[in-house]
Amino acid sequence: MPRAYSLQDNSVENRVFFNRIVAAFFIVVLLTAGLVVRLVYLQIVGHEHYATLAKENSVKIQPLVPARGLIYDRNGKVLAENTQSFSLELIPEQISDMDATLLQLQKLLNIPNEKIEQFQKQRKHQKRFISTPLLLSMTDEEIAKFAVVRPYFTGVDIASRLVRNYPYSDLSAHVVGYVSRINEAEMKTLPISEYRGSSHVGKLGIESFYETQLHGKTGYVEIETNVQSRAINTFNTVPPVSGANLHLTLDIDLQKTAYDALEGYNGAVVALDVTTGGVLVFSSRPGFNPNPFVVGIDYDAYQNLQSSENQPLYNRALRGLYPPGSTMKPFVALAGLEYNAVGFDQKHYCPGFYQLPNVPHKYRDWKHGGHGWVGMSEAITESCDVYFYSLASVLGIDNMHHFLQQFGFGEKSGIDLVGEKTGLLPSREWKKQQKNQNWYPGETLITGIGQGYLQVTPIQLARATAILANGGKTITPFLVDKIVSPSQTQDNAKPIEKTIPLKNTNIAHITDAMINVVHDSHGTAKNIGKHISYQIAGKTGTAQVFNIKQEARYNENAIDFKLRDHALFIAFAPADNPKIAIAVVVENGGHGGSVAAPIADKVIQQYLESINVH
Amino acid sequence: MYIETRHEEFEKHSFIGHILRKLHIDIPLFVTLVLISILSFVILYSAGGQSVDVLIRQAMRVALAFTLMIFLAHIDPYQFKRWSVILFSLGILLLLAVLILGEIGKGAQRWLELGAFRFQPSEMIKITTPMMIAWYLAEYALPPKPKQLLIASLLIILPTLLIAKQPDLGTALLVASSGAAVLFFSGLSWWFIIGIGSLLTALTPILWHFMHDYQRARVLTFLNPEADPLGRGYHIIQSKIAIGSGGLYGKGWLGSTQSELDFLPESSTDFIFAVFAEEFGLFGCVSLLILYLLIIGRCLYIAAQARDTYCRLLAGSLAFTFFVYVFVNIGMVIGVLPVVGVPLPLVSYGGTSIVTLCAGFGILMSIHTHKKLLHN
Repeated sequence: MPRAYSLQDNSVENRVFFNRIVAAFFIVVLLTAGLVVRLVYLQIVGHEHYATLAKENSVKIQPLVPARGLIYDRNGKVLAENTQSFSLELIPEQISDMDATLLQLQKLLNIPNEKIEQFQKQRKHQKRFISTPLLLSMTDEEIAKFAVVRPYFTGVDIASRLVRNYPYSDLSAHVVGYVSRINEAEMKTLPISEYRGSSHVGKLGIESFYETQLHGKTGYVEIETNVQSRAINTFNTVPPVSGANLHLTLDIDLQKTAYDALEGYNGAVVALDVTTGGVLVFSSRPGFNPNPFVVGIDYDAYQNLQSSENQPLYNRALRGLYPPGSTMKPFVALAGLEYNAVGFDQKHYCPGFYQLPNVPHKYRDWKHGGHGWVGMSEAITESCDVYFYSLASVLGIDNMHHFLQQFGFGEKSGIDLVGEKTGLLPSREWKKQQKNQNWYPGETLITGIGQGYLQVTPIQLARATAILANGGKTITPFLVDKIVSPSQTQDNAKPIEKTIPLKNTNIAHITDAMINVVHDSHGTAKNIGKHISYQIAGKTGTAQVFNIKQEARYNENAIDFKLRDHALFIAFAPADNPKIAIAVVVENGGHGGSVAAPIADKVIQQYLESINVH
Repeated sequence: MYIETRHEEFEKHSFIGHILRKLHIDIPLFVTLVLISILSFVILYSAGGQSVDVLIRQAMRVALAFTLMIFLAHIDPYQFKRWSVILFSLGILLLLAVLILGEIGKGAQRWLELGAFRFQPSEMIKITTPMMIAWYLAEYALPPKPKQLLIASLLIILPTLLIAKQPDLGTALLVASSGAAVLFFSGLSWWFIIGIGSLLTALTPILWHFMHDYQRARVLTFLNPEADPLGRGYHIIQSKIAIGSGGLYGKGWLGSTQSELDFLPESSTDFIFAVFAEEFGLFGCVSLLILYLLIIGRCLYIAAQARDTYCRLLAGSLAFTFFVYVFVNIGMVIGVLPVVGVPLPLVSYGGTSIVTLCAGFGILMSIHTHKKLLHN
């Protein structure tokens, strides 16, 4: 209905509107009066009560910050501890001549100019009566120097606080992670009362994943203070509850062996306890020193880490995606046996290449000229590609996808760390969905030798190897074994949820072939496993970083280091009673047998010695 | 009204009055706004730890806000009416954009990054919602029929829900009340108002169901602050101590011990009234409230004098929403309302609210001064 402009309407409207204005003003005054009543109640009636609280004997609720839980390795070595640190702090309000004081301190303690500037910047954003740090983590010498002249400096003092310290530095950084100052975004999501007084929070690794358990429970004390804000009485203390200590399955000595063995390369080593899934080694090289992050890493240092070509902040063991290459062959072979696609002793002729019917493209073997007649055992031992092209072609992508999925490829391993990558186990559906293309037979072939779309993380590879070693029990890798809080000890090991139905004879066949990889004279890793009383079952892998043209030959020395193949090796030992499963990835390492296998050998030997298996 | 005639005399005869009139500035409103801004600087200096830096930044915001106010005062109200629908629709689109970007960014988002500066669409919608409702209702004879009422209600609920989803309960409340105020001034029957009021009260449990955990926690804390003295109850307890200890005359300027000792969090922003109450006591508080009442009274006067229905409804709503601002903030600080993030208008530190508020006053000045030019 359009508006009717009549005089009548207007006068009625005018009257109604005027009434409403008056009513609104009345409501406003009434509600304001309500506020005044409340103010009178607080400021006149309750004045004495509140004034006592505020002024003469003000009650201050002071949070009692709990000590953060410690982190130990499997042998009780401390990986994360809380150490006392001293800082030089100034209270601007109490300092009459700030510039002169700073100049004197600078001369005395050799403070660099940037720290003075940083202090001046920070001071501007803070209230004048708040103690502001000038120097963090003072050395003993600096403390001694200042202690002598302390009486001459009012408003300058040494404050002590607990600082998180990681004694193993680079070695444990990608496992333990680090704590760092709570930032603005975290301030909003963390529970306010739990974090009142806490300045740091776990940002990465175990420190982040188990933040709740490590942090503990904040307590508080109500302190009665007098006008000079000196405490005169404390009452109603609720003590803090320290954070729980975490005991890892990790062996830091073994971790060091793996890390040192990777020297000169970027890469990752992951070793698991075959029976439980406990992580023994979780090494990603290069690591980084997490300690500067705790006190506040400076911009340049952080930029250096970020832009470094070797990407030290990148957790390769957890997030690195690599084509598994030939390390996939034992799993594909097992699939072949389980699906009756091939007999173990059935021979196949390898002329050095494989061709799909009616397709000119030659799928080449790594060995020029081929391996000749090979059965499954030789195909694994010598890593014959043509055998697996053929097997993959018989199996088909659907069977391969289904079988490999059971070993955890293409899904997160479930390790207790944040940020794990899922990797990629390709399937018909995946390709249709992601690329809107049909699956090509050629793609099945290269999947069979661990190339193509296939991408795995080192932790996935180690897990799959462990599952193979224990006959199909799908263990879930875990780092934290026990959570020990003051009140209770909690077992944190992950139970085995399901077992892949596999025939024992088939597993025995694959294991025998993998033993030959190391112990047979034709094995691709025959250079390791000497002078040991037990047997290692392993498989080498070489993952292409770039494609070489048809008929061209790969010449390691002729190409750039960064384009060299990745070297991989998976193994478990002792072969007859597996205790440890390991996956080694050496970026641009060239051949799995010559670079990756010796690293695994060292780790296996040291671990088995430590648990008295010789 | 004696006082009003005095002002009018002043406007007609003095030189300054002449200039201000040319600038379309309403003198009583302008003077009270300047007074309250000065008061804001005085208390900010104390609450902000005597930082000149804080004052300079606030002064820049006030300058920007006043410039916008004078600019809007120049525009004929007819233009506001013409642009109501477009501006409202634009506001809704921007709110949706923020919400979608927030979904992508996985987390609460209220900002839209426009190159170098940030823009908060929920601020714009605070003014465009009453503009839209006033425009819609002015198309028909008042009081509104049920059908118009239904559509108007939907037009209010839409932006309110979009903002509540951000989640920003304080702003959602202000937007809802700005729209509701238009309905109130349009002559909605009293019985209807009472009916809706009781219905909303009855619906509280359902609202509770839709609240975020932290919003529920705020309500629970409001009901029993002592239950969580370290966390959520801390603000209210410390704020009451600050206000109560101020007494009748207060502790004097810069004499606040609660904010100085850092007992009082957010002392420069949402809880600045507590610092004010501590330093200037009950006398100061009542004076501040009177200053607010003068502003609201003047705005309602402008509404009563407005030239057409659209101007009346819009002016009335802007005036009333300003009061809701004051009431919700002070009510929260003195512990009679739950803590919702609403700043003390024109006093709290922070840029966005002051710009929006001054935009509202600019529109009010436009409504008042252009009416006169029409008569002249």
